[in-house]
Amino acid sequence: MTATTLPAAGDAAHGHGHHYTTLGLDNRKIAIWTFIGSECMLFASLISTYLVYKGRSIKGPFPHEPWTDPVSGKAFPAILDIPVTSASTFVLLMSSFAMVLALAAVQNKNLPKVTLGEKILGSSKLWLWMTCLMGTAFLGFQAFEFTAFIREGLSIRTNLFGSSFFTLTGFHGAHVAVGVCWLFSLLAIDYKRGLQPSDATNVDIAALYWHFVDVIWIVIFTLVYLIK
Amino acid sequence: MAIESAAAAGHAAHVDGHEHPGWSTYWKIAVILFVITAVEVSAFYIPAWETSWVYVPSMLTLSTIKFVLVVMYYMHLKYDHKLFRSLFTGPLIVAALTLIGLMFLFSKLSIRLGLLS
Amino acid sequence: MATLVAAPPYTSTATESANTGLWSWLTTVDHKRIGVLYLITALVFFVIGGLEAFLIRAQLAVPNGQVLSADMYNQLFTMHGTTMVFLAIMPLSAAFFNFLIPLQIGARDVAFPRLNAFSYWVYLLGGIFITVPIFFSVAPDGGWFGYAPLSTKQFSPQINMDFWVLGLQILGISSLAAAFNFITTIINMRAPGMHLMRMPIFTWMSFVVQFLVALAFPVITIALVFLQFDRFFGTNFYAIGAGADPLLWQHLFWVFGHPEVYILILPAFGLVSEVLPTFSRKPLFGYPVMVYSGILIGFLGFGVWAHHMFSVGMGPIADAVFSLTTMLIAIPTGVKIFNWLATMWDGQLRFTVAMKFGVALVGMFTIGGISGVMHSSPPADLQQTDTYFIVAHFHYVLFGGSMFGLFAGLYYYFPKITGRFMSESLGNWHFWLSLIGMNLTFFPMHFSGLLGMPRRTYQYDAGQGIEVFNMLSTIGTLVLMLGTLFGLINLWKSWKSGERASSNPWGAPTIEWTIPSPPPEHNFDELPKITSRYPLWDLKGTVIAKETTYAEEAGRVQLSAKQLGIPMPNPSIMPLITAAGVIFMFSGMLFTDSNMKLAVGIMIAGAVWWIAGLYNWLLTPLEDAH
Repeated sequence: MTATTLPAAGDAAHGHGHHYTTLGLDNRKIAIWTFIGSECMLFASLISTYLVYKGRSIKGPFPHEPWTDPVSGKAFPAILDIPVTSASTFVLLMSSFAMVLALAAVQNKNLPKVTLGEKILGSSKLWLWMTCLMGTAFLGFQAFEFTAFIREGLSIRTNLFGSSFFTLTGFHGAHVAVGVCWLFSLLAIDYKRGLQPSDATNVDIAALYWHFVDVIWIVIFTLVYLIK
Repeated sequence: MAIESAAAAGHAAHVDGHEHPGWSTYWKIAVILFVITAVEVSAFYIPAWETSWVYVPSMLTLSTIKFVLVVMYYMHLKYDHKLFRSLFTGPLIVAALTLIGLMFLFSKLSIRLGLLS
Repeated sequence: MATLVAAPPYTSTATESANTGLWSWLTTVDHKRIGVLYLITALVFFVIGGLEAFLIRAQLAVPNGQVLSADMYNQLFTMHGTTMVFLAIMPLSAAFFNFLIPLQIGARDVAFPRLNAFSYWVYLLGGIFITVPIFFSVAPDGGWFGYAPLSTKQFSPQINMDFWVLGLQILGISSLAAAFNFITTIINMRAPGMHLMRMPIFTWMSFVVQFLVALAFPVITIALVFLQFDRFFGTNFYAIGAGADPLLWQHLFWVFGHPEVYILILPAFGLVSEVLPTFSRKPLFGYPVMVYSGILIGFLGFGVWAHHMFSVGMGPIADAVFSLTTMLIAIPTGVKIFNWLATMWDGQLRFTVAMKFGVALVGMFTIGGISGVMHSSPPADLQQTDTYFIVAHFHYVLFGGSMFGLFAGLYYYFPKITGRFMSESLGNWHFWLSLIGMNLTFFPMHFSGLLGMPRRTYQYDAGQGIEVFNMLSTIGTLVLMLGTLFGLINLWKSWKSGERASSNPWGAPTIEWTIPSPPPEHNFDELPKITSRYPLWDLKGTVIAKETTYAEEAGRVQLSAKQLGIPMPNPSIMPLITAAGVIFMFSGMLFTDSNMKLAVGIMIAGAVWWIAGLYNWLLTPLEDAH
């Protein structure tokens, strides 16, 4: 026997267009899920550090208890603002709702729309705008929160709580900011040439990223803000 | 990175072929998310709840429910290919175990082993 | 044998134009070319890391050595470790991931070819970023593990550790991007019939490694972010005075660091699992067990990290748990050793250089593994930790294990990569000098370590009974360098004028050996249909593919992708431009202390640069419209 070769896959390899995939899934979607899995470890490290350092700061201000500076005699209230953060949490949760409707609108672009409800639900621009605006609003809340803390005397350098709090929530905020830029880019494409059902995967991976950032906030909100 | 094979997308728009739920499911999930968040925040302001031992477990349970709802319905893990489920839950389990391990190592958690402790 | 039909024409490739200019290398998105770039770059860094090691050994040859200053010594051992781990062994593995994974699973390229090029350019530029300072005596000097608070501004006020913090951050981007790419490739680009349990074992081990990278690197990223913030913005993560825990860095680092150990060794295990069956002319013994033990090693690898920290006093429960998990991980590793032995048992062994390196891995790794089991016991570890015994242990694992495995893979796959054999005679010099030199260098360290010689110390006094062991280690280093020199000469000469190789010069069983050497741009004219684990060996009929010769394939013609109408990705300069922007942005951070405005300016310019590159890249289709 001399050189050997294998039988060609023939038709089996041509069933899905010219780019054969083993599972018939889109590569981009597998990659984004892998990325999200990796991000789980990123946020697990950040959250672990926050929890490990909880209650270890040797001076205030503290998240849930008031504190009086023994040197200057200045009094600091408990620094976390639960009502404001509850509002921003609500906004972020609803942005996920808008995002899922945006994806559905892109997927169903070609379905006929008769009633007003169908027209509203079928507008990818509307729901992308809603998501972007709510994401931006969340960032606005965060900017408000951060500047308020700094005014009250808690910066990233003040104590362990400041360092771990600003880094954890800042990392999350940076993820939201990236998501907002991503969604605005999709919106720009939608205005330029209209997002079609063939773009659904591109919207889908942005949506997965967006929802993931949302679930991370669900965890952060409970662990950092609500549990003392 | 994400739009690497943009050319290929035109051929197979929705190859996974699993039906995603629609508006009728999505708004219900949104309502549940809203209600749970409202319950969580009010619990924070109810001293009888907030100071009892039930508080932390109930908060963790409620936020886990929210987490699972978003992941299953909005991220479509309930409907999509099971591969995606394992790509997410595998790392999530490693992350959770690492977090719990670190909590033990830094004495934030402890187990009572009878006379040993 | 019905599935094996006569070969199509092979050896001479008909290409329209010579795609060999510098520009073609800068813009390439071909996984095989990127693999070659990884190989050459990593070997250059391997030589640099080796020379650093030689200077360390020169200093330690005699008591109270005067070759280096203490400061330079610190820089050298830090850079030796950093270079070998991040710039030599990982990228050498990456060279094989790139070259082999698409060939072994029957794909035409990776899932994201441009992202693949981006990974390489980030690695190259990041490697230069972290290596250049040594030539100006400002290299990182806090150890490859960078223990905080030692590495914080308080104790390392100079710019040295900034290079390390930023350099590792940059290299992490490269590894993570590659991990997402290869996971997607292996999951979704397998040829029809290539079920998971038919995948070649190298691809399997690579698959496990990519998950380890994807899950371990985010942890070091965060630990480095904390350090970066502490150094540049005055945060308190590692500031003991503010109540910080001195063990936080150690825990985070080793949560990353232990999976990293398996990131370094599993690809070599995979390569040896390809080499041993071919040269034993027997299928790999216990293939499923090899796969499962690889997965188990990967999973357990996340649960053993604190065994690097027994001496910090974590308490009896933590010590016991991590000691047990560490001993547990020895089981799947031992299973692999026995499976390799059983593969060779009763086989028709052919001792080529590749086979010799492969067999040497089995022996040398076992020595390193057994000393590893010794310090999985906390009481024993307290005696051994931070001594040369540990140095001996991990060099047996990393040199005798990883490097020998990678050399085995290099000799084995060189004909596939270049179409030429490596010289067996020069290769024998390479192998025997490396084997002798390695044992001469590292075996005496067991003794000097148990006699109490601490690691990272730059001088020692005479009269402690460790002089002879240190002298032996230094002599061993010279032998090792000579051996490596033979290897490099061999590589150089063989690349230019080695004996021509055929498509399947070893009679190997897997599908990368069905295509020409070197493979055409599109790898496979038609995607193969896979019906068994060893497609070229018919195991039921015990017919095993014979090696082919160059002469019998000479004169055959291989059509190009264009002639066959196979769409291939276009070359793109954007990955390089984007990567350069990322490095530029990070380098801005170096100036935060001296000139804040300049630092912010460079970072903003770098960010604009790479974001512009990224948008250009994403909005350009990968292939021509068709």
